[in-house]
This record gives sequence, structure tokens and C-alpha cells, in this order.
Amino acid sequence: MTTSSAPTTSRGDRTPPTGLALWWKNNRKLIVPPILGIGGFLLFWQLSASLGLTKLAGPLSLFTEERTRELLFYPFFDRGGLDKGLFLHSMSSLSRVALGYTLAAIVGIAAGIAVGLNKGLDRAFDPLFQFLRMVAPLAWVPIALVLFQNNQPAAIFVIFIISIWPILINTAEGVRQIPQDYRNVALVLQMSSGRFFTKVLIPSALLYIFTGLRISIGLAWLAIIAAEIVMPGTPGIGFFIWDAYQNSYVSDIVLGVVWIGAIGLILDRLMAWLQQRISPGQ
Amino acid sequence: MSASVLHHPSASPASAGGGPLLRFEQLGKVYPTPAGPYPVLENISFTVNQGEFVCVIGHSGCGKSTLLNMVSGFAKPTSGQVLLNGRPIEKPGPDRMVVFQGYALLPWMTAYENVYLGVDSVKPKLPEHEKREIAMEHLEMVGLTAAAEKKITQISGGMKQRVAIARALAIRPEVLILDEPFGALDAITKEELQEELLSIWNTQKCTVLMITHDIDEALFLADRLVMMTNGPAAGIGEILSIDFIRPRSREDIMEDPRYYELRNQALDFLYNRFAHDEDEKA
Repeated sequence: MTTSSAPTTSRGDRTPPTGLALWWKNNRKLIVPPILGIGGFLLFWQLSASLGLTKLAGPLSLFTEERTRELLFYPFFDRGGLDKGLFLHSMSSLSRVALGYTLAAIVGIAAGIAVGLNKGLDRAFDPLFQFLRMVAPLAWVPIALVLFQNNQPAAIFVIFIISIWPILINTAEGVRQIPQDYRNVALVLQMSSGRFFTKVLIPSALLYIFTGLRISIGLAWLAIIAAEIVMPGTPGIGFFIWDAYQNSYVSDIVLGVVWIGAIGLILDRLMAWLQQRISPGQ
Repeated sequence: MSASVLHHPSASPASAGGGPLLRFEQLGKVYPTPAGPYPVLENISFTVNQGEFVCVIGHSGCGKSTLLNMVSGFAKPTSGQVLLNGRPIEKPGPDRMVVFQGYALLPWMTAYENVYLGVDSVKPKLPEHEKREIAMEHLEMVGLTAAAEKKITQISGGMKQRVAIARALAIRPEVLILDEPFGALDAITKEELQEELLSIWNTQKCTVLMITHDIDEALFLADRLVMMTNGPAAGIGEILSIDFIRPRSREDIMEDPRYYELRNQALDFLYNRFAHDEDEKA
């Protein structure tokens, strides 16, 4: 930016900033406010904890509590059973999310295309979809447990059933939004349905499909925590938090929540990045 | 060239084509509306010969597009029929390729890929290198060799229309259907494209059916100009035979006194005898 060059030279005693100074000048508006905001929040939290206004441990407890500090700095240890580092707990949760989410993506995209192409199917099932997608993750847990009688598949089912709806609904919308012109081209050229599918339908609906996938990855991550908290006994970040709560390790809970937030954020950024990579030309 | 060349006795009349190719028989179309059935077209009968260039003109709402849609197969007649080579038209097909008003190119593909997709869909069994050659050849015909690898999103409106024309011609249709192809283009691009279309038509000798709003365009391009009466229940008001010899040049036609006779005839039809209600108010 050169807007400030005139006043600086008019004063005559300062040269325009270069290098690091220039970078700081251009970026400080992006850097300073979040630091102030987050710092202020942490300070307020720490103060209310230190003053005893709340039983919740302050952020400094991550370092002051010896057990928590160990968990913070050694995320990879594995003493067998459920006694693992947070990275390993998170990986267990992530592998469940990956399984449930992949199933949801496959079924959701396929069903979304079917519903998007067929008005009758759409009318038949849309009310059901709209209804089911409003059911909260925790409400699915007992149903999943009854259905599968086993924690592992039940947890995966909860992920699946929570993350499928945005994928399905967005894919269907993307298919419905294929411009009539493209369909007409396919009709005149008498394209085979396979060719229409790969050359027209999928590329045309891709942006919508990815919107659904991105919303769903966030939901899937939210759901796994809910599922694991209610279904303890298997390693996972949700179980870790529940276990910490049972033992009144409050600072451990705080650390677990930090991990959850960070992983959720990374997953979302990853999908956003993929979305940009895959659908540029539109 | 001087005007006298136009009247050279040995020059064949422009309208001399092959035998009848496309026959409209008592064609009518009624759309159901909440206010009761609305007749768009009524009692349309005429014949287009093999290799003929026919333009259709009329005020908006007179059912020109409906007429073309019944040739392309996107709309079904309520009464009467359209016959191609003696067979009634039932559905869209590559023998009646359409150059759509909004180009209808697939934006995630390059110019070449769009043309190739057409060839590949219609003649999947041709050897790969022949399909590629056909696509490139037709891009060359419309002067787009250099832009072949550009994405549709990166090229201008005039270039898009060229790609659309190349795609349509590459599948060698019996009838080429154009719905106001040059309406959205600037005057210079429009004239260039008219000339290109004409020179391609001269070499390929396909039959052309084209909707236009522009009398001068029709007089420059067409063998016959079909002038439609106003809707509801529009029909063919008058058919002008435009027998300037081919190949035509704009300058020569402009010098021909018949040009102004024809032009006045068309203007009189459109703005006196069948003036549009809205035009009268304006």
C-alpha cells in the first residue's frame, strides 16, 4: 500500500517501511485483533478460575497440572488398553469418523442423485429426509445401540446417519440445478446415461456435492464425540473426556476440548481446500 | 464485384436446393394454462428443401421458438406433425442439431472438449484419431484453432457462439437449428459470424432453420424468410423468397434494388400489418 507515503515524506524524517516492517504494516490489522480477542478471553477465563468464580480449571492448568502437562507434551504414548496419548485417542475417533463419513458420502451422493433426477422419489422421500436430519446425534445413540447391540458399529452408524443428510440434500439440489440447456444438449446428442453422468451430471453438480461434504465433515466430528461419550470403553477423544470427567480431572477435560476444536478446524479447512482445488472452472 | 454480377443469367437461383426435407403439416400447438388452453401456433404448413437456408422472423411471443422446438423434438405438436424425410419427428436427435440461444456449452471443458464430446456422443464407434480430427477441423472452420485448449469460461461471447456452431456442425446434422444465435453479440462480431456461418453453409450444404429478430440478417443469410403473424394462434403470414445469388457479399446485396423492396416488404409486415401491441404503445 502506498497511501501513507505522502504524509511520511512530507514530514521528511522517515523512509517508507521495507522488509519485515512493511510486512507488519500490511498485516497487523489481520494479526492484532485475533490476538487481543483470544488473549482477552483466556485472561478472563484464567482470572475467573483463579478467583474461584468457577470450578472450571483455567487455561494455565494445562501447564500447572502435572498429569495434564504430560498429556499435553506427550500425545503419542501408549501404555496399552485405554491409557493412551491424546493423538492416539484422536486417531481412533478419526478412523471411526472416516468410516462413517465415507459410507455417508457414498450412500448420500448416490441417493442424492437418484432423488435429484426423479421427481417422484423426491416427493416420496423429501419429507422423511427433512424430518430425520433434525434428529440430534445424541438421540440416535440409543437407536444405534438397539440396532447393533455393539458400541463400535453403533458409533459408526451415528456418524453415518448424522452426516448423510447435508450430502444427500445438497447433491439432490445440485442435480436439480443442472441447467436445462445442458440436459437439452445431452438429449440432442442422445448421450448414453453413463456419458451424461460422467460428462454432465457430476461436473455440473460438483460444487453442491462439495458444499454438502464440507458441512457433513463438521457434523460427523461433532457426532463422534457425542457417540463416544455415551458409549465409553473404546479409545477415542470422546471417551477420554468422559473418563477425565469421571475422575474429576478438570484440566484434562479442557485439554481434550482443545484437541477436539483443533481437529474439527483442521478437517473443515481441509475440505475447504479440497473444494477449491476440485471445482475451479465454475 | 458490381451489381450486374447479381443478375448474371447463368447463376443458379439461390433457393434451388434438393428435394423436400422437412415438412410442416397443419402444425398446431396449444399450451394448457390456468386460464384455459392457450393456442400458440395454428395451422402451420410449409416445406423446407434439402440444403435450404430458412429464417423465421416475428414479434416476441409469436411462437417462433415453439416452432423450432417441435423440429428439434423438445416440444410435441398438439395437432398436425413435422416430418423429416417423410418420418414424423418424435424426440430430439443429432440429425437436427441445435445451436442454443445461451450457447449451452459445458463450462468445465475446453472449446475442443466441447466439440469432441458432441462427435464422441454421436459417433462413438469412429476411431479415436478420426474423432479428434473432426473436432479440430470444425474448430478450424470457425477460426478457433488457437483457442481450442481454452476453457469456455475464458473466452468471449463471440467465441462461445463459434464453439457452439462448430459443435453443431461437427456431428453433420441434416438440419441445423439456430435460435437467435447472434442476438447477444456486438454488431461487428455479429457480421463476422454471419459471414462465417454462410461460408460454412456454402461448403457443407446442410439445411438451416434459424430464428432471428433482425431483418437485415435474414436478408443476407436466407433463401426464404418466413414471417409469422402475432399470437395467440400465430401462423405463417407471408414467405419472402430472397434469391440473391450465392456466394453473397454484403456490399453487392446492399446495392441491389430488390434488397430495399424486400426490406420494405418485411418492415411493412412487421410494423404495419402485424405490429406488436407493445410496439404500438411504445
